[in-house]
Amino acid sequence: MTVDDRFTEEARAQRIAQAQLGTFNEIITGPVSDWTTDFSHLEPEYAENAIEIWDDLRERCPVAHTERFGGAWLPTRYEDVQAIAYDTEHFTSRAIIVSNVRPPLDVAPVGLAPPISSDPPFHHDARKLLLPAFTKANVAKQAVTTEAFCHSLIDGLAGRDVVDAATDYGMYIPMRVIADMLGFPQEDSEKFAHFVENALEGANGPLEERQARGMALSDYLFEQVRDHLDNPREDLTTYLLNAELYGQRLSPQHVVGTMTLLLIAGIDTTWSAIGSSLWHLAKNPEDRKRLVADRSLRPKAVEEFLRAYAPVTMARLVKEDVELGGVQMKKADWVLLPFPSANRDPERFEHADEVLIDREVNRHAAFGLGIHRCVGSHLARMELTVALDVWLDRIPEFSLADPAAVRWSAGQIRGPRALPLRIG
Amino acid sequence: MRVSIDPARCQGHGRCYDLAPDLFGEDEEGYAVLTDLTADRDVPADREGDARLAAANCPESAVLVHEEARA
Repeated sequence: MTVDDRFTEEARAQRIAQAQLGTFNEIITGPVSDWTTDFSHLEPEYAENAIEIWDDLRERCPVAHTERFGGAWLPTRYEDVQAIAYDTEHFTSRAIIVSNVRPPLDVAPVGLAPPISSDPPFHHDARKLLLPAFTKANVAKQAVTTEAFCHSLIDGLAGRDVVDAATDYGMYIPMRVIADMLGFPQEDSEKFAHFVENALEGANGPLEERQARGMALSDYLFEQVRDHLDNPREDLTTYLLNAELYGQRLSPQHVVGTMTLLLIAGIDTTWSAIGSSLWHLAKNPEDRKRLVADRSLRPKAVEEFLRAYAPVTMARLVKEDVELGGVQMKKADWVLLPFPSANRDPERFEHADEVLIDREVNRHAAFGLGIHRCVGSHLARMELTVALDVWLDRIPEFSLADPAAVRWSAGQIRGPRALPLRIG
Repeated sequence: MRVSIDPARCQGHGRCYDLAPDLFGEDEEGYAVLTDLTADRDVPADREGDARLAAANCPESAVLVHEEARA
């Protein structure tokens, strides 16, 4: 048995006892009265109509506000989203999921899930540790196993007329890929689904519930850490356990925080992108037929789906009072960064509201802008490309089985969570 | 035509080496670099279109196209 004093039961118990929870706000839920002054991205009407809401706000109130979550802003123009993403002086990544808890100031600059939750200059060094594993060349090595896995999922649909492309197909692909990278058991995907839901869609839930589920994730990751200490192997968990920064091994919070990030951020996002793309193709038979017939068009189509249905809205906390987009943002206000709205800004994109699968110039921001560009963007592109290739080659004919049954996720990651398709 | 990468802007999105892998490559951290076809020389005349396309698709505007030829 390997002894690593960072990960003994005692050290962990001490960390839990000393954890500072941060500042809480009253939880406000229920229908939105006015999108300009009372928005909420966690209500069902946002899940259903986010694109229309962004388009409307961009026209008449480009930086919307809400008193919910203790005060938050929603900029919808590309220009404003970009400016905030680039401004690490006035905006901190100390928290990147809007909820009713603001983490304590002293978690900066590391944050709870480095490097996404980190600020400069620490951010750069924490990110550097991860980048090599996620280059295009390195993630390409996983394309073959990903493709085989996609085929096995399609094999499993044999004999069915109606399948759920979200929960029978898309969901499993990023779960499998990230489980392989972290060296977690493949059969744990059910657990991953709960962890992800708690962190993202459940962000406005009762505190006790969130804490209990957060502890379940913490327990799970601790178990994986202990297993990797006993049985080191070639994966990211062992890599993080051995990694050093500034001549020392990473803090235990850093190791577990990064594991949390990789597990949570890699799943809902890519799942959403696969589902949105298949939803679009199910609704638009002309586009579907073009992509089935012409594989060379698919890379452009993938980029267009990423633009038009970008799954990820990031967030920041205001670090210092600042004027942006004509409003005064105050220290500790939340700010959402809806990259999918930026991607639909007609000031920035021609025919912004049309999905053009052969769009040549597509300077979209689906993976963010600036220093926090999604570390997993090359992995996500590989997974989305392979998932669509296998689906289109195996199931060239498909349509929405019941448009009313399609359900979109609320919160900062947007994609179909129920997507019944008639196939064949 | 010459191309260059502004390292202060490049964040490793990789659109340039996706679209024109002969003109742009990635370093060991995913940041864009020039290749044998573009480092210290003009972009081949028949590849200028893809060089412009890569620049037009960079989310950070980090791929710079200099239309004038190297002296």
